[in-house]
Amino acid sequence: MTPLDPYAPSRETTEGTVFSVTGGDWDSLVQEIGSTKEERVVVNMGPQHPSTHGVLRLVLELEGETVTEVRCGIGYLHTGIEKNMEFRNWTQGTTFVTRMDYLGPIFNETAYCLAIEKLLGITNDVPERASVIRVMMMELNRISSHMVALGTGALELGAITPMFFAFREREIVLDLFEMISGLRMNMAYIRPGGVQQDLPDGAIPKIREAVAQMRKNFKDNTSLLVGNAIWLKRTQGIGYLDLAGATTLGITGPVLRSTGLPWDLRKVQPYCGYENYNFDVITADTCDVYGRFLIRMNELEQSLRIIEQALDKLEKLQGAPVMVADKKIAWPAQLALGGDGLGNSLNHIREIMGTSMESLIHHFKLVTEGFQVPAGQVYAAVESARGELGAHVVSDGGTRPYRMHFREPSFNNLQATSAMSEGGMIADIIGAVASIDPVMGGVDR
Amino acid sequence: MTDSGMFGARGTGDTSGYGGLVRTAASTGSSERPFGGYFDDVADDLERAYPEFSSAIERVVVDRGELTLHIKREKLVEVAKILRDSLKFEMCMGVSGVHYPNNVGRELVAVYPLLSITNNRRIRLEVTVADSDAHIPSLVEVWAGNNWHERETFDMFGIIFDGHPGLTRILMPDDWQGHPQRKDYALGGIPVEYKGATIPAPDNRRSYK
Repeated sequence: MTPLDPYAPSRETTEGTVFSVTGGDWDSLVQEIGSTKEERVVVNMGPQHPSTHGVLRLVLELEGETVTEVRCGIGYLHTGIEKNMEFRNWTQGTTFVTRMDYLGPIFNETAYCLAIEKLLGITNDVPERASVIRVMMMELNRISSHMVALGTGALELGAITPMFFAFREREIVLDLFEMISGLRMNMAYIRPGGVQQDLPDGAIPKIREAVAQMRKNFKDNTSLLVGNAIWLKRTQGIGYLDLAGATTLGITGPVLRSTGLPWDLRKVQPYCGYENYNFDVITADTCDVYGRFLIRMNELEQSLRIIEQALDKLEKLQGAPVMVADKKIAWPAQLALGGDGLGNSLNHIREIMGTSMESLIHHFKLVTEGFQVPAGQVYAAVESARGELGAHVVSDGGTRPYRMHFREPSFNNLQATSAMSEGGMIADIIGAVASIDPVMGGVDR
Repeated sequence: MTDSGMFGARGTGDTSGYGGLVRTAASTGSSERPFGGYFDDVADDLERAYPEFSSAIERVVVDRGELTLHIKREKLVEVAKILRDSLKFEMCMGVSGVHYPNNVGRELVAVYPLLSITNNRRIRLEVTVADSDAHIPSLVEVWAGNNWHERETFDMFGIIFDGHPGLTRILMPDDWQGHPQRKDYALGGIPVEYKGATIPAPDNRRSYK
């Protein structure tokens, strides 16, 4: 058979005639496919596709516009972070984990540091101020992450304006991150034993201002999407996954809570002192994309509530330490502004260079060799924006992880794509995947 | 793994005199009862629901507030089904592999963190196999979500999960040689030169243990 369409050459395979569509006129392709008896069409979608939420590849088998089978192809962003960490010391590891799920760096760092602290047996020695800062940073991060989920999710379904509003709010959070840690993404701010450095002067009023601003701004997206007839049609009853399906697939996070189960690790297995904060676990009972959208929308307000309570606590803990007292673990990260720019704290430099040889040796040992972690294994989990983020850490007693494994919620939850999409329409796959909110950096690690 | 590297350091590479700080591997013994917390309840319930408990479970280890059941691989699926149905461990949070090349005959370990939503409990299962016979029965029929996790562990460690519906590589390309997260697989990388000085690749730098 001679191909009619120069953009869609065909070849015969054991599976039948295969057309490779690379652009051009859809009508001439339909005409050519119409000349064969084959009803089934296999479409490769991604990995370079604007609506697959990153470098995700979907292989779709279609009967008309109905999806009969979906298979995910992943691994396009695999960077070997787990392997690389076996060749770096424990503190350096934070620089790697922060790059996994790049929309939730603080969660990655916290899960990793909680695991190390558990291995070291210093969980209760982490100063309260450090834990409160961690909670505040995680909740800020939840807002920025949910904003991307909502913005890109809406964009992928054809609603452009929510994206602008969502990224405006995300920008507020990223500015706060920049003020606190110096970086907008990949901060490596949470460190084993505490946090890298204390909040800068004047941070608390600025965060309060940002919280008030965000609370006001969130209404824009709420009024655009909640109850919007087109949005409802694209999301209600779409991407259905019930509780039984979610549990057997190990699904956690907003997707699990959209089945009506109020499972949130912050409530049921608190860490970093989450038991001391008042907030509600948001659920929906619709098991669909709309339910997951509403959960994310409403979790924003809960995060703001937690941030406000954290700020109250921080005001009371002014001047308290933010790193464990044990100098054998606490990385010397105190910064100061000198005449030649930002650098190591001058007091620290003066001590190690001018007054104490032992301090110099200690500094050198800690920074080059790192600290040793007693042999054993632990699993520490946090409720990230996407679900249970677990860190399985194995130490052989050395200064580096023997084995690091992250149980990534994006990786696990993406398995639900088939269950959510098969039997539905091709256009609804986009909504289903967006409601899972996978971040491919986390999926592939 | 190489013990040598930059500056020709051998052994621990520690020249500080603090070499005594190096700790040996964790003990391989079983923990004694009482295990503490809900761990005794889990062990009791499992013994009651599963009469072959003593023959299927090699060791029970409680360390750092976590319970690990070391299970013989032939019994893994049986035990998993009982844990899911009778002890209400509805969720398996995946599989993580660990490679111990020096543990001859027990080189590869598969670690399964389990979660019970009903009872709000966590435990861990461990299965150890020899590198020469790296087969473990698949748990996909018990927890469907283990599908991708087992593919990942196969991809990274070469553990073959028998009965898996489609055990193929998941993160590495299909035609990749070797299993990257095994200890005998080099990290790779090239030395980097800057202003005349050369920095070795990460796996060839001075290493501390």
